[in-house]
Amino acid sequence: MSEKITNLTDASFDEHVKASDVPVLVDFWAEWCGPCKMIAPVLEEIAEEQAGKVEVVKLNIDDNLDVTRRFDVMSIPTLILFKDGEPAMRIVGAKGKGQLLQELSAHL
Amino acid sequence: MTEDRQVVIIGSGPAGLTAAIYAARAQLNPLVIEGEPSSTSDQPGGQLMLTTEVENFPGFVQGIMGPELMGALREQAARFGTDYVTAKVSRVDLSARPFGLWVGDPDAAEPTYAARALIVATGAKSLMLGLPNEERLLGYGVSTCATCDGFFFRGHEIAVVGGGDSAIEEALFLTRFADKVFLIHRRGELRASKVMQQRAHDNPKVEFVWHSQVIDVHGDTKVSGIRLRNLETGDEFELGVTGLFVAIGHQPNTDLFKGQLDMEDSGYLRTVGSTTYTNVEGVFASGDVQDHRYRQAITAAGSGCAAAIDAERWLEDQAASGH
Repeated sequence: MSEKITNLTDASFDEHVKASDVPVLVDFWAEWCGPCKMIAPVLEEIAEEQAGKVEVVKLNIDDNLDVTRRFDVMSIPTLILFKDGEPAMRIVGAKGKGQLLQELSAHL
Repeated sequence: MTEDRQVVIIGSGPAGLTAAIYAARAQLNPLVIEGEPSSTSDQPGGQLMLTTEVENFPGFVQGIMGPELMGALREQAARFGTDYVTAKVSRVDLSARPFGLWVGDPDAAEPTYAARALIVATGAKSLMLGLPNEERLLGYGVSTCATCDGFFFRGHEIAVVGGGDSAIEEALFLTRFADKVFLIHRRGELRASKVMQQRAHDNPKVEFVWHSQVIDVHGDTKVSGIRLRNLETGDEFELGVTGLFVAIGHQPNTDLFKGQLDMEDSGYLRTVGSTTYTNVEGVFASGDVQDHRYRQAITAAGSGCAAAIDAERWLEDQAASGH
């Protein structure tokens, strides 16, 4: 996995997302989710290429139900972009790189 | 720059990857344009990527997980010299040979690939109900992927719409999480195979709602219920479910070929007799994109094999006649 992608937990989530200087894109995922696995390499590429503009982090929903419930995640993969600690955009379902970048670009 | 290829295969389900295995072993170095990630069945690997256990694919005594089977087919085709590109085809030009295929910008002057022979294996995607609130609540209780989203319905009461094998499979899978699964079907009997029907009947968490159609989905930020109509009496009624899983069938992915390949009114590609030939010489169709009758992984694989053999022989004939 890319060194740029941190795994957050219920314990570390709030502090990490609030402290970031750049918008944080959180990937809500799980081991058993096929489409999540499919977008993982795409997110690694985005993390590399957009370094300094956005930080990509992952949250395993199986292990971190508090944050998952708090943001009403009911389908994975769900990507939520946090700006200044607040959700600014949500993408539900796996998408190709071009489409993800297009939806992100409006917020970066 | 346009890249020249002997054989291009569009699609990477059982049909596309079996065609790739055969074309690669015929030393045609096929290129598979495999699609893009998605949470619908229109994704690399196709419909099996959203299933769990596949119990009827010959050779797997204990069954095999759908994504695992597709991963194996992909590797097997790669071993003999298949190239992959993870993208969607945005435009095709089948009016002249070699055929032009665009990836990315469909308005680009030059095609991305020029293919001497083309195998279309784009499969089919899930149909939605087409209700106004359905799309708005997709991901907020409305789901097209039971294996992705079932987890979130632990202890809930939910509904599955449909009467075929995939609807029953989803309903049974969802009983692992949900307290109750309503199976809503327009008719009074299921289309599904006998073994699946029996399992559904035997499962105490599954409750059948016959002769009924979903006419609305309620919920502001997430699904809070659905409205149904009984098709025999016309009576309307509510079910207080928090999840709605739609498995009412598929439509072929053929928009790309409209006006260029012969298709049925329903969109399925027409093939000639028992071959995989389309109306355009050098273009072959295999799998669910041309099959509304069987639609099984194994029939798709068989048809992909046929397409590769048809393409190989056609290319040989072309070479022999000096083209």
